[in-house]
Amino acid sequence: MEYYPQLVPLIILIPSIGAFINIFLGAKLEEKWVGTIATVASALAFGVAVLLFIYLENSDYMAAIVNPPLLNGWITIPSGNVYIPWQQRVDTLSVTMMLIITGIGTLIHVYSMSYMHGDKRYHRYFAYMNMFLAFMLVLVTANNYVMMFVGWEGVGLCSMLLIGFWFDKAHGVGWRNTLAARKAMILNRIGDFGIVMSMILIFWTFGTTDYYTPLEVVNEEAVAHRIEQREAAHSENAAAAEHGEEAAPDEGEHSTETSASTDGEHAAEGEAAASTGGEHGETAAAEGEGESGDEEHAAAAPVYLNNDHIATDDLGVFGQTERYMEEPTEITIGPFTLSFEAWLTTITLFMLLGVAGKSAQIPLFTWLPDAMAGPTPASALIHAATMVTAGVYIMVRSNVMFHYAPATSFIVTIIGASTAVVGGFIAMGQWDIKRVLAYSTVSQLGFMVAAVGIGAYGAAIFHLVTHAFFKALLFLGSGSVIHAVEHGHHHAQAHAHDHDEQGHEPDHDYEDEPQDDFDPQDMRNMGGLRRKMPVTFITYLIGTLALTGFFPLAGFWSKDEIIADSWAAGLVGNNLAGYISFGLLLVAAGFTAFYMWRQIELVFLGTSRTDAAKNAPESGPMILIPLAVLAFFSIFVGFINTPSNVLGLENVFGAHLFTDRLEFSVAYAHAGAFNLLIALLAFGITIGAFVAAHRIYSRRAIIEMRRDPLELLPSTAGFWSFANARMYWDYAYNRVFTQPFERIAVFLADVVDWRFLHDYFHDSVLYRGFNGIAEILSQPVDLGIIDGAVNGIGRLTRWFSGGLRQIQTGYVRTYALTLMVGVILVILVILLPLLQRG
Amino acid sequence: MTVQTESYVMLSVVLFTLGAMGVLLRRNAILVFMSIELMLNAANLSLAAFAAHWGQQTGQLFVFFVITVAAAEVAVGLALIVAIFRTKRSINIDELHEMKG
Repeated sequence: MEYYPQLVPLIILIPSIGAFINIFLGAKLEEKWVGTIATVASALAFGVAVLLFIYLENSDYMAAIVNPPLLNGWITIPSGNVYIPWQQRVDTLSVTMMLIITGIGTLIHVYSMSYMHGDKRYHRYFAYMNMFLAFMLVLVTANNYVMMFVGWEGVGLCSMLLIGFWFDKAHGVGWRNTLAARKAMILNRIGDFGIVMSMILIFWTFGTTDYYTPLEVVNEEAVAHRIEQREAAHSENAAAAEHGEEAAPDEGEHSTETSASTDGEHAAEGEAAASTGGEHGETAAAEGEGESGDEEHAAAAPVYLNNDHIATDDLGVFGQTERYMEEPTEITIGPFTLSFEAWLTTITLFMLLGVAGKSAQIPLFTWLPDAMAGPTPASALIHAATMVTAGVYIMVRSNVMFHYAPATSFIVTIIGASTAVVGGFIAMGQWDIKRVLAYSTVSQLGFMVAAVGIGAYGAAIFHLVTHAFFKALLFLGSGSVIHAVEHGHHHAQAHAHDHDEQGHEPDHDYEDEPQDDFDPQDMRNMGGLRRKMPVTFITYLIGTLALTGFFPLAGFWSKDEIIADSWAAGLVGNNLAGYISFGLLLVAAGFTAFYMWRQIELVFLGTSRTDAAKNAPESGPMILIPLAVLAFFSIFVGFINTPSNVLGLENVFGAHLFTDRLEFSVAYAHAGAFNLLIALLAFGITIGAFVAAHRIYSRRAIIEMRRDPLELLPSTAGFWSFANARMYWDYAYNRVFTQPFERIAVFLADVVDWRFLHDYFHDSVLYRGFNGIAEILSQPVDLGIIDGAVNGIGRLTRWFSGGLRQIQTGYVRTYALTLMVGVILVILVILLPLLQRG
Repeated sequence: MTVQTESYVMLSVVLFTLGAMGVLLRRNAILVFMSIELMLNAANLSLAAFAAHWGQQTGQLFVFFVITVAAAEVAVGLALIVAIFRTKRSINIDELHEMKG
């Protein structure tokens, strides 16, 4: 058991190795090996996540594993006092994310092995998927913002690569895919500006970017309660024999106490711990006062139950936030001196911008629906289940900061709730099966963000978990449908054109695709598929019911908790945002139910509207098994966090088990109370929307015209067209940003660059100037000075040697005479001094 | 009766001058050659005279060397003259002015 923490780096290493194998060797390997390597890598990572979960579950106080930094000086700038380690953190929040990412990731890998069959870049797809897993795990296991940002950018990269995966599809489709990838990249860069700014501000404010330092206690109350619970269970075990392990009474007690003690009063918690009596309780109380507990733990290392022994500067970001909030502090960054609260608001607002980019919130959400250009399983994993929830994750991770920044929280709520409504509204007017789901994802992310805004951090993560299952299920189901309709279309065409080629197996060889207008994703081309593909239908129906919050499927519990928490935030917390969120989310829930049932009616019910749909085959087991597994979880995963006092369910599944665990890593994740009236209201809205959708879309005659009944109805035509045009968001962005940008770009390219720089500047200034200088250099300088000098020397030499030549008579006697005269001269020179002396 | 050293030197000077005049003024290569020999022997005479004057053998030794070198020179020089005669059919050295610049 004690070796488990050392497994932590493996969770990133294993998918990385898978990605490396596939990227370098994948082209040479057979398809099945490529898929198997990637899937096994993903499954092994899941295994590691499960082991870590087991370790955490059995550890004392659910203490987080913060492994010793792998690279201590990952980023070291001594002059700036920047020391950022590559350090991973495994706590209940990150282990939740790990299980989701690797678990759903593995299922999607299995699914992809069949879905991507025959693609010419099969190995590249799996390499990207494994790379995505690795980066996503970096993101969630990071213990500081900088390392988180590595994962954040990495998943963005993988997202872009997978959106543009079919960049070379024929007939302009590839270009559209490329544009979609580019759009995702650019909108995410806008968000990343926010993340980078918030990281910088966090560093300047706190001097560190660590979430928590290794020995820090995240949530003192949670730890105290854990000890209390264990003690109670222990004593009950000892006293009464049988139902000792039954944790139910404790849980009930716990939830009330938690809500009472959220004020953060140490004293109340200390009393509560002390009142239970028993050794551990006393220890907790004693250690709360000082360090006298050391005596009892003389042998073992001291176990601290709070952070009082750590100096403020040594705490992580969130610990420091708590300290600073205890007394008003002013912090100076550069030329600005603001109160700590103001900095916190600034930091969180910048972070919100990043979240809006990554988690597709207003105003940056328009990339997500376009991201559906990628392969469907990749959409399921990246653009529905995991990557887009990274924003929610990072907000929940920073819950302490958001908790103390009410202004930001208000904006977060408004943005989240409006996104939920906008996404749901647009989804009602779409014909593309994946686009509906994409807007649904936008809408559901809005739910999570709104939950963060009203302080329901536990509910946000709970909805993230359940949503990951049923939205992955829906996407994979839609992939199965699209695949089947595509096959059906090819089959029908083969029948129509050539009876001999019945055995022709259509595959992904998209360069040979015949040009036709048939769109296998258009729901108008479907219908009646429930009989053709029963398993897909059943699982899709389960996904739909789970998403729309049908009792007692997963979505019911998570969505209801968010809506109930909104109401509670409004009523109890006297928070205006709570009421706004409550109202908007109920509307969004209604939209959700409407567009999902519309989809069911259009795709599965009724009769087949095209030959393609008539010939659609059920998918193979590689596709159906992941669907079945996800359907199972979509039904049951909600029970990990059932509220107390609902039909006695807490006796079966326990109450708030998930939130209780989350509290060990999310300081302000408190379990929400169940509100029967609100649950009934939401459920009623869902049923009402189902009925409405059924009444509208089961009318065949109108559907046959390939137009939406709502479009034909004068009273709703305007609304429907508005939704169908995606509320003109993309249009507006095109008009306001893209087109002016393009116009500026054209101006810069044509006028400034081409006409001014090339034609004018180059020709007039550079070309003519160069010519002028060259002229001067060549004529007077080169020809005059340099050549003159060289030739002058030559001429001088010739003139001089012409004179000397006269001496060379060629007669030996001349030379002899010269020699003799010379000798006589030498002798004279030698002798003259002697003669003078003599 | 001893002859004065000065007389030898004077004779040597006369001989050397005659030799030099011969080298400079004669056109016949053989005669020029002989004049060179005359100059060499004038030098030999003064060397021998000085050796006798100082009572040392060094000068006489030099005379031997000079005679040896002169013998070698005669061999080379006459060969050259023969070669010149073969090409030019003449030994008039004034006709040998190919080195004129």
